[in-house]
Amino acid sequence: MSDIRRSEICIAAVADVFRGDGEILASSFGTVPAIAARLARLSFEPDLMMTDGIACLTANVAPVSGAEAEDPIFEGWMPFRTVFDHLWNGRRHVVMIASQIDRFGNHNFACIGPHEKPKAQLLGMRGAPGNTIHHTTSYWIPNHSPKVFVEKVDVVSGVGYDRAKALGERSARFHEIRRVVSNLGVFDFDTPEHSMRLASTHPGVSVEQIVEATGFELAIPDAVPETRAPSASELVIIRERLDPANVREREVPHPES
Amino acid sequence: MDKRTTEREVVAELFDGMTLGIGGWGSRRKPMSLVREILRSSLKDLTVVTYGGPDAGLLCAAGRVKRLIYGFVSLDSIPLEPHFRKARQAGSFEASELDEGMLQWGLYAAALRLPFLPTRAGLGTDVPGINPEIRTVRSPYDDGEELLAMPAIELDAALIHMNRADARGNGQFLGPDLYFDDLYCMAAKRRFMSCEKIVETSELSQLGSMHTLKINRSMVDGVIEAPGGAHFTECPPDYGRDEAFQKAYAATAKDEDAFAAFKSRYLECEDEADYQKAVQDAREGASA
Repeated sequence: MSDIRRSEICIAAVADVFRGDGEILASSFGTVPAIAARLARLSFEPDLMMTDGIACLTANVAPVSGAEAEDPIFEGWMPFRTVFDHLWNGRRHVVMIASQIDRFGNHNFACIGPHEKPKAQLLGMRGAPGNTIHHTTSYWIPNHSPKVFVEKVDVVSGVGYDRAKALGERSARFHEIRRVVSNLGVFDFDTPEHSMRLASTHPGVSVEQIVEATGFELAIPDAVPETRAPSASELVIIRERLDPANVREREVPHPES
Repeated sequence: MDKRTTEREVVAELFDGMTLGIGGWGSRRKPMSLVREILRSSLKDLTVVTYGGPDAGLLCAAGRVKRLIYGFVSLDSIPLEPHFRKARQAGSFEASELDEGMLQWGLYAAALRLPFLPTRAGLGTDVPGINPEIRTVRSPYDDGEELLAMPAIELDAALIHMNRADARGNGQFLGPDLYFDDLYCMAAKRRFMSCEKIVETSELSQLGSMHTLKINRSMVDGVIEAPGGAHFTECPPDYGRDEAFQKAYAATAKDEDAFAAFKSRYLECEDEADYQKAVQDAREGASA
């Protein structure tokens, strides 16, 4: 299919971060991750659990845009207190957005500038410290640029690999940053020192383009594969079942458009 | 014992410099009628503990907050509370920012009268750097794991809002989530609960299952009947969030004249009844 859009590449790439997760709570922030987690659940990870965003686990999958397909089927009650218990228990994989991320995966969405008097107050710490030390985390970055991929984040809200290492093996044994997906490529930490590595480039994106948009030195393997395209059946799920109104394109505009 | 009281009597018991916990979550079931009464008083230099919403935004904008202990300040449908953002960027209060779970742990430790509770949340982040009083503790068992020792957050007073209550202080939440309102009460010396409606004790179990009765009367010193008291935050099933009102409120953070008009219309009211009337008038004006 030659008409595959960049947003759909991103959705398949984020969906893939949940591969192999099984019966855990999949939490997502941002439009692409919301579609991606649902895509994973409707295709290769049918046991993933999701909430309605309020206080219930839902047995059916609600679309991200368009009309609600059906009434939610509640399979469990999960108020915030239970969410905290659940995530400290570890059966969760969250995809968070990063305002800044560094080469070891230290994450910031708290504020820009000094914390005492920030230039820009962002979301605050929210649940990032607890998430990153207790269960698997991945990141979604809709606008890959040197302002986001920085040498040093202004404030650490999510734990990176260098800081996890400094904590010692025992305290950091549940820490895992599985992958970072941006609008340009996919990244992992599969290097001896757990620094960020370019895992694949999205179709139409060059390695040079990614290097230029990254404010730190990425590990770049000799051969960099292309990010996979969603399958025909995945495209049907994305386009017809989950996002008929195409809100995905608002988060990730197609390069030519 | 009849614990019925009013917003005015409650706020008369509060004092400058105190540590005040405010229940709810973001823009959800906040004791806003009590917050509005604080804004009508001269209370200042407060340390406010909250899963913050417009309670934090309004109190910060009014310069009443010396220190804010929080995990976030959000309006939910608007992810960042704009008045809070403005006050933060002006550096107008001390920002004790925590992980959301650490905040629960601090309240829970105070509720159980423990000096701290151990957790991994916060380790490896800048939370301890932002809050230099926070220390770590080593497990005394063979594992020897180092953990963050979240100190108890003891409150001088707690304010919460419930759907229903009786005059003796039994409280009932009928919505999807209690949030941490029981912990606020248990962590506080003085505990005040507003509610949509005061009912007979015998009615409570007819209104919802026994699981909705999470606030018992030993946790409450004063009960205030405040219909619409959570406005403009949501209070399901009684009412949803007043999104139009919230949007207008949020927009005033970027427009001083609009904020002055908002204050004069909604915050400089005589009392809560006057506020509710102003909201009603605005609604009728909009639909006329």
